[in-house]
Amino acid sequence: MSTVIAVILFVGVIAYALFGGADYGAGFWDLTAGGETRGHRVRELINLSLSPVWEANHTWLVFCLVTIWTGFPRAFTAITTTLYIPLGLAALGIVARGAGFAFRHALTERQAQRVSGIAFACSSVLTPFFFGTIAGGIASGRVPSAGHGDALSSWLNPTSVLGGILAVTVCAYLAAVFLTGQAQRRADASLEHACRLRAFAAGVGGGVVALVGVYVLYSDAPRLFHQLRTVGAPLLAVSGLCGLAALILLHRGRPPVVRALAALAIATVVAGWGVAQYPYLLGTHLTIQQAAAPWATLWVLLVVSCVAAALIAPSLVLLYTLQLQRKLG
Amino acid sequence: MTLSALLGAVDPPQLLPAREQMAFTLGFHIILVPFGVAFTFMMLICQYRGLRRGDQQALLLAQRWSKVAAVLFAVGAVSGTVLTFELGLLWPGLMGKYGSAFGFPFAIEGLFFFLEAIFMAIYIYGWKRLPPWPHFFTGVVVTLSGVGGTASVIAANSWMNQPAGIVVKNGRVVDVIPSKVFFNGAFWWEMVHMLLAAYIVAGFMVAGVYAWDLLKGRRDHYHRLGFLVPFAVAAIAMPLQFLVGDTIARQVFDREPAKFAAIEMVPTTGTHVPEILGGVYIDGEVRYGIPLPGVASILAGFRPSTPIKGLDAIPPDVRPDDAVVSVVHLAFDVMVGTASLLLLLALWFAWLWWRRREVPTNPWFLRSAAVAGLVSLLSLESGWVVTEVGRQPWTVVGLLLTRDAVATQGNLWPLFATVLAIYFCVGAGALFVLRTMRRRWAEEGTDAVAVPYGPRPAPAMNGRTSGADDA
Repeated sequence: MSTVIAVILFVGVIAYALFGGADYGAGFWDLTAGGETRGHRVRELINLSLSPVWEANHTWLVFCLVTIWTGFPRAFTAITTTLYIPLGLAALGIVARGAGFAFRHALTERQAQRVSGIAFACSSVLTPFFFGTIAGGIASGRVPSAGHGDALSSWLNPTSVLGGILAVTVCAYLAAVFLTGQAQRRADASLEHACRLRAFAAGVGGGVVALVGVYVLYSDAPRLFHQLRTVGAPLLAVSGLCGLAALILLHRGRPPVVRALAALAIATVVAGWGVAQYPYLLGTHLTIQQAAAPWATLWVLLVVSCVAAALIAPSLVLLYTLQLQRKLG
Repeated sequence: MTLSALLGAVDPPQLLPAREQMAFTLGFHIILVPFGVAFTFMMLICQYRGLRRGDQQALLLAQRWSKVAAVLFAVGAVSGTVLTFELGLLWPGLMGKYGSAFGFPFAIEGLFFFLEAIFMAIYIYGWKRLPPWPHFFTGVVVTLSGVGGTASVIAANSWMNQPAGIVVKNGRVVDVIPSKVFFNGAFWWEMVHMLLAAYIVAGFMVAGVYAWDLLKGRRDHYHRLGFLVPFAVAAIAMPLQFLVGDTIARQVFDREPAKFAAIEMVPTTGTHVPEILGGVYIDGEVRYGIPLPGVASILAGFRPSTPIKGLDAIPPDVRPDDAVVSVVHLAFDVMVGTASLLLLLALWFAWLWWRRREVPTNPWFLRSAAVAGLVSLLSLESGWVVTEVGRQPWTVVGLLLTRDAVATQGNLWPLFATVLAIYFCVGAGALFVLRTMRRRWAEEGTDAVAVPYGPRPAPAMNGRTSGADDA
């Protein structure tokens, strides 16, 4: 039972990596779009594509937090009392980002737009970086079961930094792929080309980071490395193939196919992390079962997740379909 | 919120910043909650009217309100996410120990919030391009999710007031009875209380904006409707809120005697307890208040001979200190006092409406209505102070002391300082954005702008003349 809840938790993490990731990545491209005139069209596209969906995208984060504190309260407090610095920074980043984006959308004055835009774009890059460091700290077993681990080295270490940089590049990659599709739908060839270039660059960047990552994990997180090389290997292989295929198809392929491949590439990496951790939630000292809440609580979580799947999946499909058909905005 | 300054020297050093930060962020977030929960309902009333009667001005109001809601909902969503983080960062003792017990209502809340976020987006961005009635019903989903979300969060909060449905062995929760956790003793009334509060605050806040316009002489159909719809919602909810609040007070008397003793500032157990207006609690004595003899006993049990447990009945080591008692008592007085003023305003409106059947033009009424939103906000905030500070020194009554729930890692002051700075910017930014929108719309006027559902013919265009001039 506790494993089922852990799987559900990881589904949430994957969903957040994909949807939230694309969302953060859009902020990355907003930041790097260039000066006001040069970057105007990219920012416009980001604005239109993001406004209706960003809040829903970030609800996955709330879902993950709630699932972990209800289902695995011990692990939750171990994480929050150890990784409190990046968690706090990420929370503040979310505020700056959400408010900045909403304000920019509602404002028409140039100066005010610029200020809120900067808040949005900078926090869009910093926040996923912090989340990446948190993932790295957990994955490399730096969170003790009783919590109160080292406040700095738990997230300022090679694996965490790798996680942070990987998170930022992955976000940028996903966003560029999604934006390419959006530009194509708007029949804007030059913008489409620009987004495609960005997707290609981010994809190659992600590949390079992943290759460097192999060495980092080998020296810094031997257990994770071993697990990834054995049980996680098939997933990583799928991820690599999908990522490569997406890069090749980027120029010719239809956007839905490329999008699916890109999403699959990311989803399998995150799933690979989950598989490599199993059966532990923290390092090799706290198993999923040890950390789990009483049986009845897990059942409630399961039921809530099933209801959520039944209600939210079709609603999300409706939202994204309307958005892709440009019925919103 | 100086509430927590005072728990003595034995307390862990993080208690003060943690409580201040929680109070501040909750107090900030709760301002936005009414708009997420209740504002959509008012949009839907206008939209319904617009669609049924072909009232284009009502449609324009609904559309503009949805743009306001988009901004406030965004700020509410992010400030709510921060609260989620804070439960772990500031109160690991609470979540680690009882997360498995009262964590799941938050999961249900997450579900409702998810639905709300999705349909809010469809509703807000669906003007013009979605067919009118399906668009309307996406708004209905938002309103219903707001009710569900409120219920879930209140379930978690009320559980902390009257914990139930758990089996604890060796300090660990070993079994949970979910239905008893969710529908705990305090749940139903607290839930209805907050739901009504959300409708009241959103109603008076929005109506206040248009009351100002009416005062300035902008008395066309658009502004009258913008005043009438939210004000009527709040005015109808106000008397209900009194009944609910009164019932809750007696329930607190029955089931949370410590909180009741603080609210009524009762030093020693006894009968014929006076209701004290104002005043503070110093060295175990009531000072400076105006006592109304026997009234507290009458309110609690309908008879002056009703005994009320005093603060002396609480064991000294878990007795709230003087400052906490004073804060709870004064906050309660402020809540009841402001709510009474709002009730009077609602009755005044009912009288004026009954006499003339039109939106009142009495300048004193409009002036009062213009500030009613802020007054209702004060009422809401003080209500939360009563329930949260009134629970001290407990976080979960009888089970977990706040000093055992608080974080011990690191130093929370820098985080709190950053939170203050960022929230200040966000708050100022939100006000600036709302002001900009208001100016833009004032310049655009109410006639010459693109009407919602422009590309499609609105279904009830022929009803326009009938709906244009009443209200």
